[in-house]
Order: sequence, then C-alpha cells, then structure tokens
Amino acid sequence: MPNDEYLEGIYYIQGRDFVDAGIVSSEMKKKLKEKGIPEGIIRKVAIITFEAEVNIISYAEHGTIKYYLEPEAVVIEANDVGAGIEDIELAQQEGYSTADDSIREMGFGAGMGLANIKNHSDEFEISSVPCQGTYLRSIIYLNGK
Amino acid sequence: MTLETIVEKLGLKCKCCWEKLGNEVVGGYAGDLLSDVMGNSKKGDVWVTRQVHLNIVAVASLKEHAGIVIVNGAIPDKETLEKAQKEGIPIIISDLPEFELVGKIYDLMHHAL
Repeated sequence: MPNDEYLEGIYYIQGRDFVDAGIVSSEMKKKLKEKGIPEGIIRKVAIITFEAEVNIISYAEHGTIKYYLEPEAVVIEANDVGAGIEDIELAQQEGYSTADDSIREMGFGAGMGLANIKNHSDEFEISSVPCQGTYLRSIIYLNGK
Repeated sequence: MTLETIVEKLGLKCKCCWEKLGNEVVGGYAGDLLSDVMGNSKKGDVWVTRQVHLNIVAVASLKEHAGIVIVNGAIPDKETLEKAQKEGIPIIISDLPEFELVGKIYDLMHHAL
C-alpha cells in the first residue's frame, strides 16, 4: 500500500455525476504541473485518472481518487462503493462493457477504460468485491522502469 | 498550421474561444468514443467528432487539443459552449459529414504550402 506520508490529494466523486466528469483529472494535472512533474508523466496520469473517474461515475454509487507523490513514482488509487465487478478478467478485456445506453450515447462505455489505465501504468492492480466495490492502483515511475 | 487557417480555408464556423484560433494544429484525430480519444489522440490535435455534450471539453482540455470540430451540422449543447469558453477550448462546427471533413482537413494540412 502507498505510504500516507506521500499522500498529496483526495478527491470525492459522486456516482452518475457526468456533468463533473474530468474535474478530478483536470485538478490533478494542474497540481502535478505546479510540482514540476514532467509532461510525459502528466499525460499518462491524465488518461489514467480520467478513466478511473469516469468508471466511478458510470458504475459506482460514489468513490475516491487519491494520489501520492513518492520520490520515484506517482501513485493513483481509486476506491469505490457500489456494485463492484463480477468478473475482473472479463472486465479488463478490451471492448467488454456493462455500460447502459445512456452512458454509451455520450461516447463512454466503449470497454477501453481499464485497458487505457493498464497500458499507461508501469504497474497496475485491480480488485473487486461484487455488491461492495472496486479498488485499483496505478503506479507510474518518474524515471521510467 | 493554425486553427484559424483551417476555419477560413474550409469555411467553418467558430462558436467560442475565438481568441484561441491562433492555436497551432500539429495533427488531428477523428473519434466519438471518449476512451479511444483519450488513449490515442495527441497534444495539438484538432479533434473531429459528432459528440456534442460537455464531456468533450474535459477530454480536449486534458489532451490539450488545439480545438474541437463538430460535424454533420450538430449543435453543441449550451453547457458545452459554456464549459469550452471557461476552459479555453475552441469549438468549431461544420455541416459536412465526418468522412468528408476529415478528408478536407487532412488534405489541407498535408498539402498546404
């Protein structure tokens, strides 16, 4: 688990709040820029955080996103309360989505979110308990692997 | 090539953030699936899409696109324009279908003097 000593921010996200989708990733991007984090790292963080944010909004009742600035990495943790994921392996398959029509109409729910997070992370971990919620952690090394 | 050049040469209409039309366009991306655009588009791209809701502004802002062009005569939502104005993302509209407009922008960018 990440060390709380390096915790930089916690954001609270309400489920189905599509109007605010992107606010958290935008805030984090701004904060990391202020801290002088390289652009390439920020680009990955933006993608990862946006997808995690949208997943909480799309599928959970509510959740949090925390980020940590460790000496050698940025760590992002997303935790939510909600239906959780029945089949974690299936959920990570590109193209697989449980999104309803209203979500798909907005261009979300393409089934690429978790793949996007995984592909832009140096380390990625996800776990879920159905009817409780989902946890994911993404680590991006500041100096590459 | 600036966004202004694209707007002028193709007779497009800018709906907000006119002061940002000087944005340099380094490439382009066409797509209506937001995760696809998040994962595959680049900073400085002009994003061509049929989506009109306010979440397109979040995507364009995070990816630092030069601007968004909405096709097929679709009208951006009022909230979209408000958010775009706040974030400084130019929203441009075209009556052309996506295929044709993308072709024209691509052509302009790759064959301009």
